Amino acid sequence: MSLTEIAFYVLSFLAIFSGLAVLFSKNPVHSVLYLIVTFFSIAGHYFLMNAQFLAAVHIIVYAGAIMVLFLYVIMMLNLNSVQEDKIATWFKMAAVGAAGIFMLVVVSLIAKTDALQASTPMAENAGLIENLGKVLYQDFLLPFELASVLFLAAMVGAVYLSKKELAN
Amino acid sequence: MEGMLMYKIILAVIVFAVTLGAAAYMTWGERKLASWFQDRIGPNRAGPMGLLQPIADGLKMIFKEEMIPTHSNKWLFILGPSFFMLTACLTGAVIPWGSGFNSDGIVYPMQIADINIGLLYLLGVVSIGVYGIMIGGWSSNNKFALLGALRASSQMISYEVAMGLALIALVMMTGTLSLGEIAQQQDAGYANVVYQPLGFLIFIICAFAETNRAPFDLPESESELVGGYHTEYSSMKLGFFLFAEYINMFISSAVMATLYFGGYNFPFQHELGLEGNTLVILQTSALFIKILIFIFVFMWIRWTLPRFRYDQLMNLGWKVLLPLAIANIFITGLVMFFTGKLS
Repeated sequence: MSLTEIAFYVLSFLAIFSGLAVLFSKNPVHSVLYLIVTFFSIAGHYFLMNAQFLAAVHIIVYAGAIMVLFLYVIMMLNLNSVQEDKIATWFKMAAVGAAGIFMLVVVSLIAKTDALQASTPMAENAGLIENLGKVLYQDFLLPFELASVLFLAAMVGAVYLSKKELAN
Repeated sequence: MEGMLMYKIILAVIVFAVTLGAAAYMTWGERKLASWFQDRIGPNRAGPMGLLQPIADGLKMIFKEEMIPTHSNKWLFILGPSFFMLTACLTGAVIPWGSGFNSDGIVYPMQIADINIGLLYLLGVVSIGVYGIMIGGWSSNNKFALLGALRASSQMISYEVAMGLALIALVMMTGTLSLGEIAQQQDAGYANVVYQPLGFLIFIICAFAETNRAPFDLPESESELVGGYHTEYSSMKLGFFLFAEYINMFISSAVMATLYFGGYNFPFQHELGLEGNTLVILQTSALFIKILIFIFVFMWIRWTLPRFRYDQLMNLGWKVLLPLAIANIFITGLVMFFTGKLS
């Protein structure tokens, strides 16, 4: 096995393991910490695919900013243990049914697609920041600007909601 | 290829050792400087001029009783200071400590990893540095430690924003994210601080806030609030938290010297008539002199200025530094446009 393959398997195992641990941890703070590990291993995958910029931004934005906010909220609420809510039996049954139907959809999708191609490594320079910038600002300028307008709208909305509570 | 890998591993070990050694002796330097500013003698018992004091302090820290609070989470309690220490040491990998040794026609660059997103790596490491504090503060299971952790981490997050924006103006000017290239570019012209005085001012203020140094040492503020995120820590785990602050100070001095003050280049270096490896050694010494000057500034300010109030700290970060950093980007863009630097 080459070094890249070993890195791939280690990162994949880490991503899946910590992803499952997010679900099975009793303590919400542990869940958040496992989620951070998941983000790191996915950033490692980006590195393997020569997308260095994406990997760095993934760590800065998701691991560095968004998860810190999650951690803040959970620490402030001090959710040390999960309160088991009483759930009606019919509700559990309905959930099992819905999950079963969803699984049917996924299985049929996988059955109908062609055999998955092992992702070919990108061209050496595809993920470098110069090329990415050129693609973003030349070929995809309009979608890029629209996305930023969307973010601006979300930001204004968040500020408005918090100010509204202050005014009351 | 094999030889290069071996060389990089050795270089990494050297950088790690130098960083730790420098941080250890910075504690000595800080105490000596403080005593000088306050007209005292300072540490003078261990060794000549108290030079063995850092070693004595380290041994004391290791042999102190180790306390883990009963209701805390043991693993996270240990993970907190370890992670803080790890992130403090990570940044040294992208700093160019010199131009490159030439041996038998092979150039050995004095930079562990010249990745082309060096600046983003820097910002990424800074942004995950918060976790050490938050995990440590939360897992102590102590209200004061938790409040201290929130205080420290919100300060670090607030100043990260202005720091990133100050760097964007620099990137616009240099056109690269690689620290090696930024250092190289300053060989030809003036140092970047000549073109980016406002950006440098914002960056150095943010560096003070990120390293939790006075006048931004609210996370600690032992004289008016309870200790902070490390209230429950003792022995070497407390030592890690305190020691990482000095490592951060050393590394951020190196980053400032590289980004804004010419890195390993020094004035008139090509007029000296020196060639090859002698020049490389001189350049590395020049970088370390710059780093020492910045460290002196860090300590000088700590023993001169009083601490900010928390609302003043937040106002400075969000209402002064952030608009200034954005204005700096606009000014840089306009100047570049009118001088025809944009192609």
